[in-house]
Parts: sequence; structure tokens; C-alpha cells
Amino acid sequence: MSAIVYFSSASRNTERFVDSCDFPALGVNVRRIPLLPADDPLTVHEPFILIVPTYGGGDARKAVPVQVKRFLNDAGNRQWIRGVIASGNTNFGEAYAAAGPIVARKCRVPLMYRFELMGTREDVTAVRNGVAKFFAEHPS
Amino acid sequence: MPKLIDRVTAINWNRLEDEKDLEVWDRLTGNFWLPEKVPVSNDIPDWRNMSEAEHTLTMRVFTGLTLLDTIQGTVGAVSLIPDALTPHEEAVYTNIAFMESVHAKSYSSIFSTLCSTKQIDDAFSWSEQNPHLQRKAQIVLDYYEGDDPLKRKVASTLLESFLFYSGFYLPMYFSAHAKLTNTADVIRLIIRDEAVHGYYIGYKYQQGLALASDAKRSEMESYTYDLLNELYDNEVAYTHSLYDEVGLSDDVEMFLHYNANKALMNLGYPALFPSEICNVNPAILAALSPNADENHDFFSGSGSSYVMGKAEETDDEDWDF
Repeated sequence: MSAIVYFSSASRNTERFVDSCDFPALGVNVRRIPLLPADDPLTVHEPFILIVPTYGGGDARKAVPVQVKRFLNDAGNRQWIRGVIASGNTNFGEAYAAAGPIVARKCRVPLMYRFELMGTREDVTAVRNGVAKFFAEHPS
Repeated sequence: MPKLIDRVTAINWNRLEDEKDLEVWDRLTGNFWLPEKVPVSNDIPDWRNMSEAEHTLTMRVFTGLTLLDTIQGTVGAVSLIPDALTPHEEAVYTNIAFMESVHAKSYSSIFSTLCSTKQIDDAFSWSEQNPHLQRKAQIVLDYYEGDDPLKRKVASTLLESFLFYSGFYLPMYFSAHAKLTNTADVIRLIIRDEAVHGYYIGYKYQQGLALASDAKRSEMESYTYDLLNELYDNEVAYTHSLYDEVGLSDDVEMFLHYNANKALMNLGYPALFPSEICNVNPAILAALSPNADENHDFFSGSGSSYVMGKAEETDDEDWDF
């Protein structure tokens, strides 16, 4: 099996994007990185693509949400990452979707796609088709 | 006009009801800036080489932006305070209101660096007389003075995330042509702030909406698209009144569509304008976000080129915590 792992803050932009993609209909599991420190940490045992929002506009070191760092700091989780998709806002200039390249470099996986806020219909189609094709060609 | 809140308790930042308040407060205060820090005077040689038509256009665009920032600073953000759900939300609005006043002052600071008093006075009197600009101000002011907190937030988010962009286009256009690049740096700081403002007010709108009845939710969705359409028609007319002379109106309209979609998304609604009419000129997008047009669409390439490196230990200081 394969999965989409995502994080979404209380603004729910990324959650809405992931819901629109309807990954379960493609046979791709969807797993959410928990928001609160008190929640049980997420552990993953299958290849996954990470969808991560960017905390934009400020310090680049804070671009990756702390919950996502915690998830990726677990080597057991990290071994399964196959790619990253990042969201952001071009208003933040050079920091647009900055979480994407940071995670890609850290985990040595491709930055597969970027989109703004909750994504447009075109973004949903591109990611949905791309994820289906990728996991068909790279099942493990 | 919403009345002032009548009871205040001492704000305790150690007891948060909504983590988003502190997150946004930290982002806004971390982004604090003043126009005096940007060397706009380095743009004087560029300004002297620009045509009179370009001068007039620039000054009209900037007085239009000044009007919106003034509204948002002295009425808009302040009118949201009595509706706040938490004391920390109230504090964030005071920051937003103050920064809008900084933005409004930035344009005056640019003017005093580049222009004559006569040019400045002419531009301000133009802004008083342009019917589309006045109408846009009036539409928004009417909602701020109305009695519906959710409608106020919609109007405010549309102002922050949509109504500025007919104006923001011009300094990005000049910057793409290596003109007035320091002025563009000031505008980019404003654009960055407006993104956080639109995101936050839109988020608070969605929090409020979650408490409303199904009927109210459906009313608000129709209201939002109706108001966007009303403002959009006016923006198109305003755009033509400014940019027809320099032949840029079509390009500006693409930018309007693109930003209208983002404003809707900040409110939690799907984009309205299809991608064919949101094709922002790549030079404008690059002036806004230097790496935005890099091709990161891995999916449209050949999947066979996929190579995975060995994951780095994530133990850097900036990563581990």
C-alpha cells in the first residue's frame, strides 16, 4: 500500500486540498499528522508522499511546521518518504512554499508540486493524477 | 458602526483559546518594518527617466492604495475588534490596524522622495474624483458600518486579498522592467503583510461561520460571491480607467482573477475564475515571488527519472527541536 501523509493547521487549507483529491478512491491511504502535542504521534509503515503547508513570510527556519519536523525526525517514518508537495502563498516572495525545498533537501526526495492555499481545481487534478501514476510506477 | 466593547479583562497570553492568535501575532510582529529602512531615494534616477504618463499613473495607483490602507487602518481592522472571539484576536487586530497605517504612510514617503508637491496634490485630488475608486471605498465602508460581523469579515478579507491588487500590479510591472526596484521592495513588504491579514481575517470568518446555522452558512456563501462579483465589476472599470492608456488592462485583469481566487480561498471557498483567465504574466509573478515560475511539476515530467537519495539525518539545529 501507499499513502499521502499531510499536515493541516486549524485554517484547514491543506485538509480541504487533500479532501478534494479523494485519494482513497485511488487506493491511496490518507494519514494526518496530528495538530496537538498531546495527540499520539503518527507512525507510518508504507511509502508515502508528504503534503506540507508553509508557515510563510517570516524566518525560513520556521517554514516547516513543527509537527511535521517531529514526524520526520522519526527515522522509522522518514525511510518511507518518496516525495513532497508543498503549499504556500506567492505573496511571501522567495519564501513561497519554502517548506517544500527544505523537506526535499533534508530527505533527498523530489519536490513534486507546489500550490497556493487550498489549491485550484487544476492543482487537484494535477496532483491526483500525478500521485496515482507515481505509485503505480513505484509501488514500494 | 459596531459599538465598542463594553467590558475588558486583562489579556493573558499564557492562556490561549486559539493558538492561531499567537502564531499570527508572532508572524506579524516578526515581519514588522518601516518604509524609512528602504532606500527609495535610489529610485530617483529611474523616476527622472520615466514619462509624464508613467508618473501620473504611478501616483494615481499609489493614492488609490493609500485610500484603501487608510480605510483598513482607521475603520476596517478596528471595526473587527468588537466582534473578536478572544482577547488575543482583539490584540491581533490592533496590530493589523497599525500596520495598515504604516502602509498608508509608506506611499507618502515614496511620494515625498520622488515627486513634487504639485504632483502629489493633483494625485490626491484625482483619487477624490475617480468614481470607481470612490465606489470601491464606499462599498467596503458600508459593510464595516453594517451590523453583521461575518459580512464585515468577508468585506475585510476581500479588501486585503483582492482590492489592492489592481494597484500592486504596477510596481511589480516596473520592477520586472528594472524600474523603481526600491519602491517595489516597499510594496513587496506590504504584499507580504496583506497575505497574513487576509489569511487571519479569513480564518476568523470561518471560525465564526462554523458556529452559524446551515441557513446562515448558505446565505453567507451567496453573499460572498455576490459581493466579490460587485467588487470585481468595479475593479475592472477602475483598471480600465488607469491602465488603458498604457495598454496593460488585459494583463492587470489576469492578475485580478488570480487574486480574487486567493481571496475566496482565504475565506474557505473554492476558486471562481478558471485557470485560463488566471495566467498571470510570468514576469509579474517573478517580480512577486522570484522562484514561483520554476518548474516544480514533477508529475508532468517522465516518472522514469525518479531517483531517491539517502535521507539525511534530520539533526540540524534548525530542524531538531
